[in-house]
Amino acid sequence: MNLNLLILLPLLTAIAIMFCNGLKQVRLVALLGSGLQLLLSFWLLYSFYQERSSGNTTQMLFDANYTWFTALNINYHIGIDGIALAMIILTSMVVISAVLVSWTMESMNKEFFFLLIFLSMGAYGFFISLDLFTMFFFLEVAVIPKFLLIGIWGSGKKEYSAMKLALMLMGGSALVFVGLSGMYFNSNIDGAHSFDLVQLANYRIPVDAQMIFFPFAFVGFGIFTALFPFHTWVPDGHSSAPTAASMFLAGISMKLGGYGCLRVATYLMPDAAHAYSDIIILLSTIAIIYGAFATMMQTDLKYINAYSSISHCGFVILGIGMLTETSITGAVMQMVSHGLMTALFFAAIGMIYSRTHTRIVAQLGGLMKVMPFISGVFIIAGLCSLGLPGFSGFVAEMTVFMGAWQNTDAMYRLATILACASIVVTAVYILRAAGKAVMGPITDDHYKHLPDATWNEKLAAGILISGIVVIGIVPFWLTSLITPGAQEIILQTGQALMLK
Amino acid sequence: MMLNDFFLLMKQELVLLLIIVLLLIIKVGKDWSNETMLNLINGLLLLNVVSGFVMPVEGNLFGDMFKTNALISLEKSILNIGVLIISMQSYSWLKTHKHLSEFFILMLSTLLGMFYMISSGNLLMFYIGLELSSIPLAAMANFDLEKRKSSEAAFKFIISSAFSSGMLLFGISLIYGSTGSISFAEITNHISNEPLHIFAFVMLLAGFAFKISAAPFHLWTADVYEGAPVAVTSYLSVISKGAVLFVFVSVLYTVFKPIAEIWYNMLFILAVITILIGNLFAIRQNNFKRFLAFSSIAQVGFILVGITGSSQMGSASVVYFVLIYIFSNLGAFGVISLVSALTGKENISDYKSFYKTNPLLSWVLTIALFSLAGVPPTAGFFGKFFLLISGASQGNYILISIAALNMVISFYYYLRIVKAIFMDPNEQPIEKLSIPLISKLALFICLAGIVVLGLWSSVYECIYNLSSGF
Repeated sequence: MNLNLLILLPLLTAIAIMFCNGLKQVRLVALLGSGLQLLLSFWLLYSFYQERSSGNTTQMLFDANYTWFTALNINYHIGIDGIALAMIILTSMVVISAVLVSWTMESMNKEFFFLLIFLSMGAYGFFISLDLFTMFFFLEVAVIPKFLLIGIWGSGKKEYSAMKLALMLMGGSALVFVGLSGMYFNSNIDGAHSFDLVQLANYRIPVDAQMIFFPFAFVGFGIFTALFPFHTWVPDGHSSAPTAASMFLAGISMKLGGYGCLRVATYLMPDAAHAYSDIIILLSTIAIIYGAFATMMQTDLKYINAYSSISHCGFVILGIGMLTETSITGAVMQMVSHGLMTALFFAAIGMIYSRTHTRIVAQLGGLMKVMPFISGVFIIAGLCSLGLPGFSGFVAEMTVFMGAWQNTDAMYRLATILACASIVVTAVYILRAAGKAVMGPITDDHYKHLPDATWNEKLAAGILISGIVVIGIVPFWLTSLITPGAQEIILQTGQALMLK
Repeated sequence: MMLNDFFLLMKQELVLLLIIVLLLIIKVGKDWSNETMLNLINGLLLLNVVSGFVMPVEGNLFGDMFKTNALISLEKSILNIGVLIISMQSYSWLKTHKHLSEFFILMLSTLLGMFYMISSGNLLMFYIGLELSSIPLAAMANFDLEKRKSSEAAFKFIISSAFSSGMLLFGISLIYGSTGSISFAEITNHISNEPLHIFAFVMLLAGFAFKISAAPFHLWTADVYEGAPVAVTSYLSVISKGAVLFVFVSVLYTVFKPIAEIWYNMLFILAVITILIGNLFAIRQNNFKRFLAFSSIAQVGFILVGITGSSQMGSASVVYFVLIYIFSNLGAFGVISLVSALTGKENISDYKSFYKTNPLLSWVLTIALFSLAGVPPTAGFFGKFFLLISGASQGNYILISIAALNMVISFYYYLRIVKAIFMDPNEQPIEKLSIPLISKLALFICLAGIVVLGLWSSVYECIYNLSSGF
């Protein structure tokens, strides 16, 4: 199948939205477009399995390569492996639920849905690119709409948060740019420089160049995925954003960074990845523990989820830094799991906020009695976040820990133990928030007449929950998808070890 | 044969001259209304653009004083397009102006000067072209005849440009004195890193830096941009800057090739200072024209980064970026000139809640600003990317890191305006403007340019194939 459909479909949807009139038409078109995205991504999954079962073991499937700028050897090169496919499916699920959650968007709805769909195009483009230029192009496409989404439709100190987010992410991509140009000029493929990911992976960039440019690429992408100490945009950005944008931001946008760290930094510069793994693990462990404790202190539901995202994304970085096959599989699983779970969490918070007009935990209470569905969703998201078996969070974190334990170095062991311990803290803040907000007596009389979820909210939650539960119960569906890709990356880094 | 050559090689200059003469005759003989005149002029300028693309030839005239080739002809066409757009955009402003034809006569004379400058193969020709392109500009800056600020701007411009010409002339005379020639081809053979040659080069460089307003020679820019009418400001910031940049690249890459190592370091420093100063001052501006003045200084800094690449890629990416810059900057200036002509408001704070009343103009302005900032999928992204990649080709990653981080600073001030347009509340936003058809068309051309020039790679390929590096 042609991967260009993944770019074309959101683009056409976005253009169609421009010609719509009124909320009803706009949201219908948006829903239609994102529904088709979902179908497309599952069809992609189906054809992916077909290809694989017919014995096609090429690393990248559905490969297509179009010349773009011949002078600079820039190509529009696309193709996917299992890791990219997992991210694509995650994107399509989050996008459709984001559209459903914003069903009653009042002000400037046309622009809102346009930007949302446009963002999804950036994400798909990023995940399917096999050319660093194309990848960088789509990475930046997915930044500016966020600025508008947060600044226009956000709440609280939205202008500040929007600006902070845009500048920090742009700073990240500036670092990525330096890393990319370094890789480009240090490559020599048949006498020419190249941006092509596959070619660069086979070529192996000289080690001294790797040592210089790996930090640029890794930190650059790391900013997107809340790498400590560049995580400060996360709480502000997430809490000021409108619900759909928070879902997108935490669910997909932070995954762009994780995917970039893995696919660009680690895969293309394996020697440097080994050399720097101590620092990566140190930073990620700090992020995990710091994020967990910082969450304990939060009183606003959105801030709770935002800070816990820092902690959870720390697991992704930890998995990448550990550089074993299992840990990298775990990192990707954690990306998918966290994407679904946090989107669900934000959706639930949005539903609660739109009814009670408060997100402060202390002011909520007894919601289970008035809106059982929303409360149920909230609890499921919370339980998944603290890693209850049966949900995706458990599987993903477990895989990361198992992979991490394969490293026998004392410091790595210590980092793993500390990261494991953070789960206890997670349990504390999740159970406390859930207990206070959902259980107990109704704290405010006017809560009594609040309506439960509407059909669109139920559908949105349903899609995300089904993802979480399926991964939690049959994790090997996901692992079988991811592991070959992870093996490929480990093969690179394993060679790096042997060269040492 | 000789005459035939003459007509073919100087085709673009002759067409321009013809238009100027025609305007003079009409001015003397007929008393047509402003609107008829404007339509006529726009038609003529369109013909001028089209004729530029017909039959580009390569050759020399007057003992190598005047040279042309496909790239030079393309550069002139780029400027032609810019002038056409500016003329279309200034419709609302010039509709009621008394001295309409004089404005165009002056503008086209400066354009003629730029053409000669770009085509020069000789320092003398270059200097004549440069003067022809700057003296009428001072008169244009004074074109809001009843405004004091406008004449102040003109005065500042003429003084600073006379000063920079003086420096250039000093450099030229030193070069002539030490190499014994004013022909570009001859100079290349004789120039070396003797102190006198370097001193002469520094003088020339300072002259150039004045014209492209690179820091620390940028001080005239903001005042002149602020005082001059919007059409003249946009002309100054894209056309005259673009023309000097074209010459600058070709002079550096051909004439001063033997001392490339020396000018590389100079450009490195110049680029860093220019980007930094442009960025830091742009943050503090409230007047939109002053703001764009500083942002254009920062853009020139990025172009200098690209020039340091000293390869085919360097030269190509500069021409490509200027092309994109014309469309992006004129997109922004188009909106500002409309607002300024219809309401007289020129401050960024006036644009608060602009989106509520003028959504279409807001989007155009936003997209133009995004293109200036270098956000994909606009063309500005590709332009900046290629400039920086070209700069990185020398292996100087410090320069690239500084430039890349400065792009982040520039995001801040461009986004600040986007924030004002979309997010800031305002009791009295600019009222709904009725846009003349021709201005709409001009904005549409800019927008189309911003979208198409980047994604459609043939444009860059074409420029790349015409360029040469070393």
